[in-house]
Amino acid sequence: MIGMNHYLVLSAILFAVSVMGIFLNRKNIIVVLMSIELMLLAVNFNFITFSSFLHNLAGQIFVFFTLTVAAAESAIGLAILIVLFRNLRSINVQDMDKLKY
Amino acid sequence: MLTSVLFYVFAFILVFSAISVVTAKNPVHAVLFLVLAFVTSSCLWLMLNVEFLALILIVVYVGAVMVLFLFVVMMLDIDVETMRKGFWKNLPLAIMLGIIVLVEMLVVLINKPMVINNIPDLANSSISNANQLGWVLYTQYSYPVELASLILLLGLVAAVALTLRKSEKNAKYQNISKQVAAKASERFEMLNMPSEREIIEEDPQEGDKK
Repeated sequence: MIGMNHYLVLSAILFAVSVMGIFLNRKNIIVVLMSIELMLLAVNFNFITFSSFLHNLAGQIFVFFTLTVAAAESAIGLAILIVLFRNLRSINVQDMDKLKY
Repeated sequence: MLTSVLFYVFAFILVFSAISVVTAKNPVHAVLFLVLAFVTSSCLWLMLNVEFLALILIVVYVGAVMVLFLFVVMMLDIDVETMRKGFWKNLPLAIMLGIIVLVEMLVVLINKPMVINNIPDLANSSISNANQLGWVLYTQYSYPVELASLILLLGLVAAVALTLRKSEKNAKYQNISKQVAAKASERFEMLNMPSEREIIEEDPQEGDKK
């Protein structure tokens, strides 16, 4: 029988994979953004699991708002990415050090 | 039995697609694997009787956010080779960190297994999941819903404001220095105009007809 722990372990694996993704693709900011989306999915998974097994709707409401914020965040993030690409002609994270000097 | 098999199949696809997202050479493939991950997790959410959010995940994430990602990835001219530089160098560190994160979370789960004995069967309840959510969303959580709408508006305005180019012909944007320099006396001017009077012309023929 599939219990609560199965889902929690699955979301932990998902989170660990997305942490790996940020380190593997440090240059490519698009993949970093996608890893953040995966992390949010893992967190939402935890919320949904607890909400479903504990019979409490608050977790699902929280996931609802997380999805809203994540959608707005990715829209703004991609807009920033487009402006950066227009100015730098690259999306390499190492090129984005103009504020350093 | 069937739910166990389904869970393991979906879990395998989910982990496989997540690993493919972070290791894919082509960013377009990574986005498509991310879509697969979202769809699979939506199936898993359906298994937990969370129908509304599972469908919202497909509509909002796969339908809107992932398509946005796909647009951006295809629009930008990305040099894949330079992006992949350092991938193999970072791999041992990444795997080590991933394993550390995973082990930390698993230790918590294994030391204190969260087992709920009486798993509630939400499928048998007469009220659907969307209905239940609707009852609390617009009563108890009405203020957060309005805040969420404000955040979406903010995202919309910010995305347009960031990507709008001022050199474009029809672009409308604020001129901050002009706005700051505006004075109250220049904005409002009192004019002295004589009042108009309606001139009533008497038409004798019209009156005769009536």
